[in-house]
Amino acid sequence: MIPTIYFLILSAVLFVMGTVGFLIKKDLITQFMCVEVMLNAANIAFVAFAASTSSFDGQIIVFFIITVAAAEAAVGLAIILLVYKQKKTIKSEDSSLMKG
Amino acid sequence: MAVFLFALLSITCIGSILGMILFKNQAYCALFLILAFVCTGGLFGLMNAPFIAVVQIIIYAGAIMVLFIFVIMMIDIRRGLTPEKKKWILYPSLGIGLILIIELIFVLNRALGSSGTQVSEAVGSPKILGKILFTKYLYPFEITSVLIMAALVGAIVLIKDKDKT
Repeated sequence: MIPTIYFLILSAVLFVMGTVGFLIKKDLITQFMCVEVMLNAANIAFVAFAASTSSFDGQIIVFFIITVAAAEAAVGLAIILLVYKQKKTIKSEDSSLMKG
Repeated sequence: MAVFLFALLSITCIGSILGMILFKNQAYCALFLILAFVCTGGLFGLMNAPFIAVVQIIIYAGAIMVLFIFVIMMIDIRRGLTPEKKKWILYPSLGIGLILIIELIFVLNRALGSSGTQVSEAVGSPKILGKILFTKYLYPFEITSVLIMAALVGAIVLIKDKDKT
């Protein structure tokens, strides 16, 4: 069998890749995808801990995380579309003024 | 065999996320992300969570990424991406990432402790998960439905043309 620590290290690596990608990418859509990568890394850690303690609560929490991620994606993408309609750009650094 | 499968899936996952960060075109980014999500689903299967694996592939790789691709389709990427302004941000963010990964591996290593170091054989079958979901986690489940309803209404209200009413 596979040691749990492998899964945890993979989850840490994925989380950090999501964070770095969020910081270095400039367009809102790819930044949003990096947030999804971070959520996925958290999911891997949850399922790994659930498997190592042989309880099912971790898997239920992952189920809820996926549901919330779907809701978040719907609202977030609507906001990105609104930003594009108003400013004709999807670069995050172009919408730095809080004037609407 | 299981270790080989784990190595294959995790390397594909990490490689496709690297591709997502390095490519400029958002459509390619979305396709790379779908590959990464499918690999994550396979990893969930390796951890004896078949239900979560299927949910991952249907909802994440299916539904959420289709949303992303629709939005990419509606946005004119070439007009939306103005030329670069700042380039210095790369090095500090790599430094932050390095610090974060050292921290995370340290913390996860400590957190594992004595609770078990092997992936157990107990399979999270849909039957058991459904039983827990509708007894112990009934209220969170119902609240999630309200949340999704709110997200649906919110997305419609945000996108609606205010001039036409």
